[in-house]
Amino acid sequence: MIVRQRSGTRLRFSFDGKDYTGVAGDTLASALLANGVHLMGRSFKYHRPRGVLGAGAEEPNALVDVAGPDGRSTPNLRATTVELYDGLRATSQNRYPSLRFDLGAVNGLLSPLLGAGFYYKTFMHPRAAWATLYEPLIRRAAGLGEAPRRPDPDHYAQRYAHCETLVVGAGPAGLLAALTAAQSGERVMVVDEQAVLGGSLLAERRATIAGQPAADWLAATLATLAAMPNVQLLPRTTAFGYYQQNLLGLVERVTDHLAAPDPALPRERLWQVRARDVVLATGAIERPLVFAGNDRPGVMLASAARTYCNRYGVAVGRRVVVFTADDSAYAAALDLQAAGVAVVAIVDLRPDPSGPGVVAARAAGLTVMPGTAVIATTGHWRVTGARLSSNTTLACDALLMGGGWTPSVHLFSQSRGTLRFDAARQIYLPGTPAQRQSSVGGANGVFDLASILAPLAVAGDIPAQGGFLGLVPGSRATGFVDYQNDVKAADILQATQEGFRSIEHVKRYTTTGMATDQGKTSNMNALAIAAAALDLPLPEVGLTSFRTPYTPVTFGSIAGAARGALFDPVRKTPIHPWAEAQGAAFEDVGQWKRAWYFQHIGESMHEAVKRECLTVRRAVGLFDASTLGKIEVVGPDAAEFLNRLYTNSWSKLAVGRCRYGLMLTEAGFVLDDGVVGRLAADRFHVTTTSGGAGRVLAHMEDYLQTEFTDLQVWLTSTTEQWAVIAVQGPRARDLLAPLVEGIDLAAMPHMSVREGRIAGVPTRLFQVSFTGELGYEVNVPAGHALAVWEALWAAGAPYDACAYGTEAMHVLRAEKGYIVVGQETDGTVTPEDLGLGWAVGKAKADFVGKRSLAMMDLQATDRPQLVGLLPAHLPQEGAQIVDRADPPIGSAALGHVTSAYDSATLGRPMALALLAGGRRRMGQTVHITTATGTMPATIVAPVFYDQEGARLDA
Amino acid sequence: MLLIPCPYCGPRPELEFRHAGEAHIARPANPDATAAGAWSEYLYVRSNPKGRHIERWRHASGCNRFFNCVRDTVTDVIEATYPAGEARR
Repeated sequence: MIVRQRSGTRLRFSFDGKDYTGVAGDTLASALLANGVHLMGRSFKYHRPRGVLGAGAEEPNALVDVAGPDGRSTPNLRATTVELYDGLRATSQNRYPSLRFDLGAVNGLLSPLLGAGFYYKTFMHPRAAWATLYEPLIRRAAGLGEAPRRPDPDHYAQRYAHCETLVVGAGPAGLLAALTAAQSGERVMVVDEQAVLGGSLLAERRATIAGQPAADWLAATLATLAAMPNVQLLPRTTAFGYYQQNLLGLVERVTDHLAAPDPALPRERLWQVRARDVVLATGAIERPLVFAGNDRPGVMLASAARTYCNRYGVAVGRRVVVFTADDSAYAAALDLQAAGVAVVAIVDLRPDPSGPGVVAARAAGLTVMPGTAVIATTGHWRVTGARLSSNTTLACDALLMGGGWTPSVHLFSQSRGTLRFDAARQIYLPGTPAQRQSSVGGANGVFDLASILAPLAVAGDIPAQGGFLGLVPGSRATGFVDYQNDVKAADILQATQEGFRSIEHVKRYTTTGMATDQGKTSNMNALAIAAAALDLPLPEVGLTSFRTPYTPVTFGSIAGAARGALFDPVRKTPIHPWAEAQGAAFEDVGQWKRAWYFQHIGESMHEAVKRECLTVRRAVGLFDASTLGKIEVVGPDAAEFLNRLYTNSWSKLAVGRCRYGLMLTEAGFVLDDGVVGRLAADRFHVTTTSGGAGRVLAHMEDYLQTEFTDLQVWLTSTTEQWAVIAVQGPRARDLLAPLVEGIDLAAMPHMSVREGRIAGVPTRLFQVSFTGELGYEVNVPAGHALAVWEALWAAGAPYDACAYGTEAMHVLRAEKGYIVVGQETDGTVTPEDLGLGWAVGKAKADFVGKRSLAMMDLQATDRPQLVGLLPAHLPQEGAQIVDRADPPIGSAALGHVTSAYDSATLGRPMALALLAGGRRRMGQTVHITTATGTMPATIVAPVFYDQEGARLDA
Repeated sequence: MLLIPCPYCGPRPELEFRHAGEAHIARPANPDATAAGAWSEYLYVRSNPKGRHIERWRHASGCNRFFNCVRDTVTDVIEATYPAGEARR
């Protein structure tokens, strides 16, 4: 099917395991057509044989899987945009076992059952069968290619760029705009999705520009632009998204077209370009005509056939029929005739076509049949004939459709510009832009080359003029509207008959326009068919929104380098290497890696945690608490600032003393907690929860900057500066004493802070406890932390000290009823709910959240309150609590379990829970739901161990 | 992604900022004397307009300052930004 000598290097490739040859510059589609292969895929739902419809990004049918080296594979690529390289291996999709013999084709016989909304109707009952039977079956029978199963072996790059003018589309309109902008000396970027720049000019063999062939003008213009230092030309680059303030997302395909790419190159490069001005020269897409059998292989867009002929030297058939309502298809007919293809007839829907194309066609001896329609086709693997409304059938092996052109307003619409409907031409055009942006050429509805390139002289062009929307008169409604999703005209009609009036609903019910091509060739016909059925003007049916991306974008390019270890920052404490060397298991707490438990050889996790807990209660343990959030609050008004931000009162806190602070949202709910130490009259060391540090600092800054602007206070995050080693247990003081200088440990009371030295390093030493035992928190500069930890570890050996992890820490604190924000709280819990009313300075004039605590709902007596539970077994955290062992369906929960542990100290399971009016129910039995039923639990006070606190300051 | 002109640092990408709700919602001067209805309005009721809107942003990955921003919620065009505490624009 070669119409002229195809120059260029010969390239070998395979399709479905069969070997073929193409030439450099081919796409997979053009190379297959050159080999006479039209059958390239099976349709989505009915598994109908399909060939190419188009020649570019709009292609709905010819989706293929391309295999790369080392097991790579990429599914759902349009054969029309896959550049051929030597050794390319492609396979068809959505067929089993083979493209020619496809079992799924039986769906075509079932098509009366598979119409619009079939999955809402046919597969309704029984309900349970949906997940187990219907959905897996449908998913296997319908669909696209197979996603790769292995991690993506390629790497991807990302770049940011700025320019004065970004031109999207390197056709005639875009190149002229680029040339004009570039002559001012400003930075210009020109991007085009194709491998070669030129757009429609690449397939133009008739028109002359400024007296020279279009191809020569194109070559000269590209050479001029390429020589300008302020111009950047980016082929193989798709502008897929248009965002706020002229930010465009581009994806540049760097290696997919290469047989043996340099492994140093990224596969794709994602560009984020911020431009002062954007010129959209995105062209227009030809529409198919909707008639029965319009999807047989060999039935395609006239412009596509012209492109294959003029640009690739490939004839799409030997005997072609052209069916059109638009002048531009005459150019295709004339060019194919000139290339030696027999053009059987030009069947024109219009009663009296008369443009320059018609004149030229008649002069060239072509048969023009005005006022005639193709209403059906014959053939199976390939079209064999076109049946006309005049009741004759024209034998052919290709049928070209010219349904008119739809401006590509996708990016314009994404930029939030408003579209306007040109009723005379029945097209949507860019209306008022929302950003500094203009649309030119085909994208702006300007189809004739002379207007696009004015003032350059253009001759010989046959511009688009005319077009037809909707179901072709005289055809059955079995014609396809959306090829990729297998939506027929009949489906749209059925949707309107079933009461759907908005195109948004019609779209979702029929799935028209919802495939990976987003309805590039189908939307306007779907609109017109719905509008005609509803007897409404087309714009009143609505227009579905254009979303990013314009064409599919790989996850790889969006992820870029942000995957694996680089997906999210990992924060490690300075003591992490020691814990790692000890074989600690780690858990993720936000971005932190925290030592979870230290398993000895032969121990289970449960046994390790039990040992760690008992060692702390009996002797002493070391715990890496470096992840604690730390904020230094400094200034003459520091105490007053804390008065307003925390529920507690700080004015009377003596220097060297600490207090447990509770921070609320303005709505009165607990936001964070932590110990605050006063280092000087004007200096506080504030600690926050590990996960809340950023949130708390933002909250403090907010009030400081915007509400309490009368206060002189400075806030500094010191989380990373101070590492914290908790030393907890009855032997804690004994362990520390030999290492401490300048601090009288014996004179330190519980809840105090001193500055001095430890193991030769400056320290802020807190006597605080999150275990209920005598405890210290040793703050040291992070750079010295590992050395200090090792010194403490050595000093602990005589006491049989252990290192304990976060799991033991949680058990120990829960035994004492100490809350964890985010575990015992969920953003709706007040201090009173937690039994922390003592921490609220009710005499204070004001603090954030105070007014809200007085609101009626926050004073209610049946609010969830923190209680302890003694359950029969270990319950699930989050389990609901009910008041009957066999609650009937619909019973209200009384609350839920917030923490649950097997306590080695108590020798039994224990839990904390939020329970409605719980403090009035001490001693009562409730029931905790489990996977199989419920278990009983006794309500007790939320302090299970050392209720008097005698061990704290032993 | 918005390009937000921080009044202190100049135009920066949205990634550097955190949204902080509607602007000019002043905390009542005397919360204890504020009636329950007015207090819950202060806490929960926001204008949520379609169109011109004044909102707060924090330049979290920059100067960490809160400021006000006049943005059209339909077009995302930013009309102005100005320091917190200045009169409503």
